[in-house]
Amino acid sequence: MTAPPTAPALLRVRDLRTYFVTEHGRGTARAVDDVSFDLYPGETLGIVGESGCGKTVTSLSILRLVPEPPGHILPGSLIEFEGRNLLALPAPELRAVRGNQIAMIFQEPMTSLNPVFTVGDQIAEAAIIHQRLSRSAARARAIEMLGLVGIPDPEERVDHYPHQLSGGMRQRVMIAMALVCHPKVLIADEPTTALDVTIQAQILELLDRLQSELGMAVLLITHDLGVVAGHADRVVVMYAGRVVEQATTDELFERPTHPYTEGLLAAVPRIDAPRERLHAIPGQVPAATAWPTGCRFHPRCPYAWDKCVAQEPPLLDTGTAGHAARCWLVTEPERRQAKR
Amino acid sequence: MTPPLVDVRDLVKHYAGERSWFGFGRPKAPIRAVDGVSFTIEAGQSLGLVGESGSGKTTVGRTMLRLQEPTSGTVLFDGNDVFALDAAKLRALRRRMQIVFQDPYSSLNPRMTVAETLREPLEIHGLKGQVTALLDEVGLDAAFAQRYPHELSGGQRQRVGIARALSVEPQFVVCDEPVSALDVSVQAQVLNLLADLRARRKLTYLFIAHDLAVVRHIADHVAVMYLGKIVERAPATEIYAQPRHPYTRALLSAVPEPNPRASKRRIVLPGDIPSPAHPPSGCPFHPRCPHPKKNERCRTEPPPLRPITPGHLAACHYAEEPM
Repeated sequence: MTAPPTAPALLRVRDLRTYFVTEHGRGTARAVDDVSFDLYPGETLGIVGESGCGKTVTSLSILRLVPEPPGHILPGSLIEFEGRNLLALPAPELRAVRGNQIAMIFQEPMTSLNPVFTVGDQIAEAAIIHQRLSRSAARARAIEMLGLVGIPDPEERVDHYPHQLSGGMRQRVMIAMALVCHPKVLIADEPTTALDVTIQAQILELLDRLQSELGMAVLLITHDLGVVAGHADRVVVMYAGRVVEQATTDELFERPTHPYTEGLLAAVPRIDAPRERLHAIPGQVPAATAWPTGCRFHPRCPYAWDKCVAQEPPLLDTGTAGHAARCWLVTEPERRQAKR
Repeated sequence: MTPPLVDVRDLVKHYAGERSWFGFGRPKAPIRAVDGVSFTIEAGQSLGLVGESGSGKTTVGRTMLRLQEPTSGTVLFDGNDVFALDAAKLRALRRRMQIVFQDPYSSLNPRMTVAETLREPLEIHGLKGQVTALLDEVGLDAAFAQRYPHELSGGQRQRVGIARALSVEPQFVVCDEPVSALDVSVQAQVLNLLADLRARRKLTYLFIAHDLAVVRHIADHVAVMYLGKIVERAPATEIYAQPRHPYTRALLSAVPEPNPRASKRRIVLPGDIPSPAHPPSGCPFHPRCPHPKKNERCRTEPPPLRPITPGHLAACHYAEEPM
């Protein structure tokens, strides 16, 4: 995909703000602070960022899984799925969407599975609740799903407990659970971070295959730019609770515009590049209770000037379709050249 | 020719299998965490030891420093047999061999300030050293001396862990996944720091990692482990340019590259990593091996780690064949 999609968005996130009241009343952590993006049918949208940038809270907010208190989604936030604001839905209607039309897989397959139920029971549960399948039909569906996600001997594995499976197998079970109702949207939050690299390759290949077979849209949340490069159509880069850059994947890697994106790309150790010093971004992600003034990246930015300290830039159009960056360099590109 | 600083010969570490029936039943098969590992590291060089979970890479590092007792094998450090030393001599030798741990959260004492953490090894070894100078060397402000670990970020803690290892001026440092728990931008900072320290202090590293891309930036030689054995060992430039073992080839191809136009052929290995309690017969990699020449010999005859080209060893019957 080279240009941004033109069909109507399946999921629209607008002005999402999710804040947390911290312990000891030290203030409010503005974990997600005015985030907007669209997810189109059939595409994979990558959300990239480091710890503390707000990507996981964004994904939890979509399904209203943020624990309240200490968290709360501020009024004025909108999460629109097929024309309805999920944030305004009554609980029973939300439950009909959650796990049915929008499903989620998590980073840690061991803690996300219930250790006292067989994997078959856990996969069948959603089919029984949402699609009102009988027990035996749901069991047959569970076996079918286990086969679909590439688990050998599904008739036997359906009666196994999570502890009897390897990490890779558990993540396959998680995927089977998420996909049992054929959701339109799959939110995958760091689906391969806990896995070994050869198992990660298997799971990513599986997700690609299932997406093309089932035609769902995938929101792929990851810290790994390599995973995004190989699997996302478009990318949203988050920093300090904000979207700082968005573009098609090819465009983002060819012309990274926000200095954070640029720095992140240069910091990744490469196996294809000659051995040299890595480019490091100085400092660290600030605390969500005290975001810097102006552009939130300015204390770590090699290009920052007075304007960046005083005034936060909006997401500015770079001139290429669908490519925007929250950086004043877009308006004064000569400053980037001068620094180089 | 000077002998290597570190000489590991046929190192074996088996953990006894658990007993069923609350300890009264028959023991289960032992876990063969490390199963005959040999390598040398010249002074000033750094060896990257790479493998996935259960490969035994961490056990190698810890056993070498005798943080765990080996089942068998020898480790010579500057000519001293590490496993034959008494407690006093071992303590003296440990000043010269240090370790940086993976998890900067659990490897610092939460009740000790940074200054106390850094002073402890100096006191144990009766050395003089400046906490502020150490902090400065790892890029931390002197004000950090009075802080507690919970006040530090992951990257800062790892810097403290590195300063603690360096405080006694070791020659050899085992870096056990020192950047795996860190975010990309901070990971780059710590990798650069380790490279600078090595150059400045002429350190020798055993750099343990699961990530071949990280190792590329720090190692002169690379050894790849699978199920307790080294399956390939070569100079770093060699192993990235021309990997010989099918497992190394698959590992390299599985690294997600931050380049959407990268058109490399991905080798996706089937199946899971077997349990080190029940390693497969013959070549331990044979059940997952994608090599077109794989045959009955691989199932029955364990391939020795043998030279393919000078200085490049691989444990595969068909390491010379294209894949």
